[in-house]
Amino acid sequence: MAYTKAKIKDLVDGKIDRDTLHTMLSTPKDKERFEMYIDILQEQVPWDDKIILPLGPKLFIVQRKADKKWVIRSIAGHDFCDWRENWKLHARVRVRDTAEQMEKLYPRLMAPSTEWQVIREYFCPLSGDLLEVEAPTPWYPVIHDFEPDIDAFYTQWLGLEVPERAA
Amino acid sequence: MNIQAKTKTRGIVRGGETLKQHRDRLMEATKKTKHYAGLTKMELRDSDPIKYNKLFSRLRAGVVDARETSKKIAASPIVEQEGELCFTLYNAAGDAILTSTGIIIHVGTMGAAIKYMIENDWESNPTIRDKDIFCNNDSLIGNVHPCDIHTIVPIFHEGELIGWVGGVTHVIDTGSVGPGSMSTGQIQRFGDGYSITCRKIGENDTLYRDWLHESQRMVRTTRYWMLDERTRVAGCHMIRKLVEEVIAEDGIENYWKFAYESVEHGRLGLQNRIKAMTIPGKYRQVGFVDVPYDHDDVRVPSDFAKVDTIMHAPSEITIRPDGTWRLDFEGSSRWGWHTYNAHQVSFTSGIWVMMTQSLIPSEMINDGAAYGTEFRLPKGTWMNPDDRRVAFSYSWHFLVSAWTALWRGLSRSYFGRGYLEEVNAGNANTSNWLQGGGFNQYDEIHAVNSFECAANGVGASAVADGISHAAAVWNPEGDMGDMEIWELAEPLVYLGRQIKASSGGAGRFRGGCGFESLRLVWNAKDWTMFFMGNGHISSDWGIMGGYPAASGYRFEAHDTNLKEIIAKGGEIPLGGDVDPEHPLWEALIPDARVKRDKQAITTEAMFKDYDLYLNTMSGGPGFGDPLDREPQSVADDVNGGYLLHRFAESVYGVALKKAADGLLGVDEAGTKSLRAKIRKERLAESVPTKEWMAKERQKILAKDAGVQVQQMFAASFKLGPRFEQDFRKFWDLPEDWKLLEADLPIPSYGREYTMDLSELPDVKTVQFVEE
Repeated sequence: MAYTKAKIKDLVDGKIDRDTLHTMLSTPKDKERFEMYIDILQEQVPWDDKIILPLGPKLFIVQRKADKKWVIRSIAGHDFCDWRENWKLHARVRVRDTAEQMEKLYPRLMAPSTEWQVIREYFCPLSGDLLEVEAPTPWYPVIHDFEPDIDAFYTQWLGLEVPERAA
Repeated sequence: MNIQAKTKTRGIVRGGETLKQHRDRLMEATKKTKHYAGLTKMELRDSDPIKYNKLFSRLRAGVVDARETSKKIAASPIVEQEGELCFTLYNAAGDAILTSTGIIIHVGTMGAAIKYMIENDWESNPTIRDKDIFCNNDSLIGNVHPCDIHTIVPIFHEGELIGWVGGVTHVIDTGSVGPGSMSTGQIQRFGDGYSITCRKIGENDTLYRDWLHESQRMVRTTRYWMLDERTRVAGCHMIRKLVEEVIAEDGIENYWKFAYESVEHGRLGLQNRIKAMTIPGKYRQVGFVDVPYDHDDVRVPSDFAKVDTIMHAPSEITIRPDGTWRLDFEGSSRWGWHTYNAHQVSFTSGIWVMMTQSLIPSEMINDGAAYGTEFRLPKGTWMNPDDRRVAFSYSWHFLVSAWTALWRGLSRSYFGRGYLEEVNAGNANTSNWLQGGGFNQYDEIHAVNSFECAANGVGASAVADGISHAAAVWNPEGDMGDMEIWELAEPLVYLGRQIKASSGGAGRFRGGCGFESLRLVWNAKDWTMFFMGNGHISSDWGIMGGYPAASGYRFEAHDTNLKEIIAKGGEIPLGGDVDPEHPLWEALIPDARVKRDKQAITTEAMFKDYDLYLNTMSGGPGFGDPLDREPQSVADDVNGGYLLHRFAESVYGVALKKAADGLLGVDEAGTKSLRAKIRKERLAESVPTKEWMAKERQKILAKDAGVQVQQMFAASFKLGPRFEQDFRKFWDLPEDWKLLEADLPIPSYGREYTMDLSELPDVKTVQFVEE
């Protein structure tokens, strides 16, 4: 099943109609989606460095125009680190480890007990956008949640050329 | 000299192999060729695809029909209302060909039982004959928990075995220490209820009388038990008849080929879907659940079990460029003295239930997917225990919480590819479970397990909110059931059933909300109830800026004086416990003894008529930054009872004002400035991650954390040396920093001394995963 760019844009914007959504869920996937998706995102971000892979609604692996290095960048334009690193280590974090802080998120009794679980919010240092939330026990290492094999993805699965990558 | 041993007997499998020879040959060929049963070509599918597909469609429709028809025999609302049953057709080697809808985790568990019979030579003793009936619920060989009862029937053609059919129902009670199918009071198998190991319970399509007499007295809910068994037997026999008809029409050769090619087809199907939907690479995530047993209201028989612990399941998914994948659970914590342990088969088979909801949403659900996946579950962990004493009755407590992390991993790949419609922040921890028993309103010994939590909140996707009070990960066809039916089944009147506000995790798209039911004990005698939930920890994180779902709590009230209050026409608690931070019910029952706290797991407590019990159901986690949520959606949530007003401001940064229609509407200007203020606060209250890490490291060096946290890490270090290495490296810990369970101020029985099932005489266990 193929979709128009307008439909994919509706999907990205959270405005997809129910019929199309149902078709998307219940029929085989459209291989061309990735390129269309990247085009749409590229039009939406305020910078023109090439998006290599989206990691979240406001977080991307991009090819930096200036030096062709691949970096992890927020939509607001903050470059966290090399694309292979854990970007959260280069973010700002707020840790909710008291009942008072938890109760700004949940009613009392419906919040986790902080001796068992804390909430770690990772923010973009430029905009204060909330990019990821972790909810582990105290002491838990910051999770490096995704290490994509972009070369195999582009060349072997999508038949695309891998964009230039400076060392 | 044993003459018999020297005589070469013909096996029962079609063609003359014994079951063991048959399975060994298949497994060897699978290992050698990497194709199931060595099927590098699928002869029937490729030469006559229409016949192949007709066979599939007819068998699949028949298996679903058997489920739908037979469930009407059951009286138990768990089966009849919630659909907690499933039927699966197997080939001679015990590999699933296709399955019905329902609790499809049992594709693997019933197959594991068949393989156990094969590997332990059931063929020669007790013998496997046409029209035999077998029963199994043994969790040590693959079942999820004892209350899932399997009926297994071999299928013969012209005197030779050509396959098996299995049927499973979730029964309401198995005669464990406490009443209810997923009870908490026991800490070992010996209190976990009636356990049956692949026992022959009938021949010539007739159940043995000794079985009927024994089994009915081993459980509390005899009527449900017997009707559930008839449900399973009827479904199995319908499917056996269907197979006979199919063979009569299409020939045994075609059926035989189909029975093996379909499994290879399933394996290839998974590989293709992985390539079509995901991104190769490594994905890491983790799940936790609380086991708060150091509490007065958890009454267990052994002091060494009265400890607070945390169950831990880190996972690494590796998707390779060829579309194969590996799931490694290195670092998982040890099994424990509670009922939340799981067998490797239930852990892995359950993952297919999840995958059918996104990665392989196909009717062809069979063992092919299992052959297409490498699992590593270290031996000794809670999902692959190395001790035959372990209990399993509520293995779901952590199964659902460990799996929910996998949604996040897969969702990162769906999101990266633009398949936003498939993103799911996670599944709810399906609880609370209201359970208990005593004498019911019909003056019979009874047990209850309210299956209302077959309708929890769903995790948010990247395009829409999670659906509220709608689903449970373990049964894609789940339903909360009608109140009227539950009132018939339980001596508990509904005083309310409504959406649980603020239970769904916040986000640009929020998790679906759970719901809550307030129950009044009525016409019960010698009655007990307990809670089985998720209180201190919220298992379900959000993703990409979304928050976890809320955690659970308990509310129970005794000596309420409600009889007198009602007689006087006074106001009584009704509806929901809308805002537990500002409770209203206590003022209406001022003399009551109320327990309102985070102790969401308890053991049997005594209840009498007019006592109250609140059953709260979890929500799902959220997706994306809540500040990016459409403000009007936030107003709608508050107006609709999905969100408490104050969180519209503190979480979503949405200022609300009364609109002309009397409902709350969005104050646009107020929202804009509030959101800007929250962004500033976020930056002001946060620190660079490495700065925080330096402080956290000091806490680790000083062993500054609750004992339950330290126990979790110590247990994981012991079983997962790579996990420990990574931990030490991440925090840059000195060599002399050690964390050992032996040094903690709580007992750790089972830490050093264990005895596996495989150590028993004449027992051959079947290994399904890398350990």
